[in-house]
Amino acid sequence: MAMFIGRAAPVHPPIPMTGQTMSEKVLARASHAESVRPGQIIDGDVDLLYMHEMLAMALLPFNEIGTMKVWDPEKIVVTLDHWVPPPTPEIAKMHQSIREFCRKQGIRRFHDVGDHGIVHQLIAERGYAHPWQLVIGSDSHTNMVGAVGAFAAGIGATDTAAVMAKGQLWLRVPETMRVDIRGTLSERTGAKDVILKVIGTTGDDAARYAAVEFTGPTVAAFPMNERFVLCNMTTEMGAKVGMIAADDVTKEYLAHSGHEFEPIRSDDDATFLKTFAFDVDGMGPQVACPSNPANLKPVEDVAGTKIDVAFLGSCTNARIEDLRIAAELLRGEKVAPGVRFQITPASQIIYRQALKEGLVEVFMDAGATFTSSTCGPCFGGHMGTLAGDEVCISSTNRNYPGRMGSPTAQVYLASPWTVTASAIHGEITDPRKV
Amino acid sequence: MQTRFEGRVWTFGDDISTDHIIAGKYLGTTDPKVFAEHAFESVDPTWAKKVQRGDMIVAGANFGCGSSREQAPVALKTLGISAILANSFARIFFRNAINLGFPVVECAGLRDRVKTGDTIELDLAEGEVRIPSGQTLKFTPLPANVLEILEAGGLVPKLRKELHTESTA
Repeated sequence: MAMFIGRAAPVHPPIPMTGQTMSEKVLARASHAESVRPGQIIDGDVDLLYMHEMLAMALLPFNEIGTMKVWDPEKIVVTLDHWVPPPTPEIAKMHQSIREFCRKQGIRRFHDVGDHGIVHQLIAERGYAHPWQLVIGSDSHTNMVGAVGAFAAGIGATDTAAVMAKGQLWLRVPETMRVDIRGTLSERTGAKDVILKVIGTTGDDAARYAAVEFTGPTVAAFPMNERFVLCNMTTEMGAKVGMIAADDVTKEYLAHSGHEFEPIRSDDDATFLKTFAFDVDGMGPQVACPSNPANLKPVEDVAGTKIDVAFLGSCTNARIEDLRIAAELLRGEKVAPGVRFQITPASQIIYRQALKEGLVEVFMDAGATFTSSTCGPCFGGHMGTLAGDEVCISSTNRNYPGRMGSPTAQVYLASPWTVTASAIHGEITDPRKV
Repeated sequence: MQTRFEGRVWTFGDDISTDHIIAGKYLGTTDPKVFAEHAFESVDPTWAKKVQRGDMIVAGANFGCGSSREQAPVALKTLGISAILANSFARIFFRNAINLGFPVVECAGLRDRVKTGDTIELDLAEGEVRIPSGQTLKFTPLPANVLEILEAGGLVPKLRKELHTESTA
C-alpha cells in the first residue's frame, strides 16, 4: 500500500471483549486497558487532534505550558473555517499566527484558505478519521466524526493546548444512550428531520455527558452523508459523542484513505443507560422553531410562516448530496422576491464538485447566492448575518437567540429539502407539496 | 486556593447557551476584554457594566450549552464573576471553566431559592451554599481530578508544575 502525506498511523484493535459499548471499546484502547466502565476517569492517547481558528486562542496557554513542541505533528490537522476569507485585518492576523505556528511545528496537514473546508467535513471527506480512534476537535460539532465509528469529542482552547503538549486528554467514560430508529420516512424527508425529531422529543440536554449511539434499520440504510447529520446534532442533545457502528457503508466511504479498515460495533450484551426507540415510518419533514433546537413542530404546523432569508450551509447540511437536493428543486424555479437564499458548501472539494455537476449554474439562474465554504453565517460571524426581526430558515444546527446575527432574528432549523422549498415560496413550505 | 466565596447573585434560566454569553460576532479577536464587555449583551445590553467583582451566577439546567468557545467562561471570569452555580452544566463549558481555574458547581434546586441581588455564601470544600433564608444547601463535591485542576489554579499551571517535576526528577 502506497504511503501518502498525512496518512494516519494504523490502529490495532484490542482482543475482542464482551459487554462493552462502542465508546467504551475506543476509550479502553486509548487508555491501554482491557476494559473501562462508565464513570471511570481515564487518560486517553489521542489519535487525531484537529483544530480551526480556536488554535489562535490555544496558542497562549500552549506557550505557557512550555513544552515548546507539539507531541506529534503527524497526528494534528488544522484548517481555517470560521472566518474564510478573513473579513477583518485582526482576523487576517489571527490566520497568520496559525499559519506560522503550523509551519514552525511541522504540521503538514494544514489546509490553508483555498484548500479549506468546515473542519468536520474536511476530516471526514479526506479520510483522516477512522473507526476505533480517539478523535479530539476544537469545536462542539466534532461529534459528527463519530459517524465513522470513532470516539470524537469537542473541547475548548485550554484543553486543546494540553492535547497539543501531551497528546493525552482526561475523559470521564460516558454512559451510552442508544437511539434506535426504524421505519421508512415519507418522501423528501431525511436524517435532519429524524435528528430534529429525536432532539424535540428528548430535549436539548437529554444526553448531557453521555455517548449517543444510533442503531436500527433506518440508520443502517442511511448513506454516510445522512449518518453525519445524525451524529453532528448529538451536540444539540448535550452528548459528549455520537457514534454509529462502522460497517460496509463506512468501509466504502473511507476506502480512498488507504487506511486499514477495522469495523466496530457495541457488543450484544453491552450496557446502555437508556434506549430511545423511534418509529419514523411515514414521518414527514420537521422544523425546530425559535429559539431552541428542541422546539419542534412538524412542517405542516409552521407552513406559511413568511421568511426573509433561507440558508443552506454548515457542517450539518452542506454536503454535495444536500446541494443536489437544492438544485433539484431550484431547476426552472426562482427564489421568491424579497428573499435571499444563500448556499455555502461545507468544503472546497464540495464546491468543485458542485461546479462540475452544473449545480452552481442552477443556483445562479434561480437567483441564489453561492459562496466559498465557511462557518460564517451559522454562528453569526460574517458573510451572511441576520438583521433584527429577520426570519430565517436554515439547514444549520442551532437557533439560540443571536446565533446567526441579531438577537431578535428568528431562526427555524430544517432539512435542505424544506429550506429550498421555502426559499422558492417565500414562506415555510412542506417540500412534498412543491 | 480560595474555597469560600461570598457574593451577589445574578440569576438565569435553563439552556443558557454560549451564544447568549458571548455572541459569535465578537470572537474575531483573542482579547479577553472584548469578550467581557459584551457578555450577555443579547440578554441585557448593560449587564457587563452592572456586574461587580465577586458576583456569582446562579442558573438552571444545561448552562453553557452550544459552542465550544472558551471565550464564554473567559468573558465571565474577566468580569470578576467568582463562581457559577447551576442545576447542571453543558460538558464543554464545564471543562473550559475548570481549566481556567473558574469554580463551577452543580447545585440542584438552588436556582428556585434565590433571586438576583441576593447574597449567598459558597463553601467549595464543605460542598455547601448558604442562602439568605439562612438555609444551607448541600451539593456533591467536585470529583478529585477536577478539584486538582482547580486547586492548581487551572490546567495550565497544573501541567507546568507536572512538566517541571518531570524535568527535575
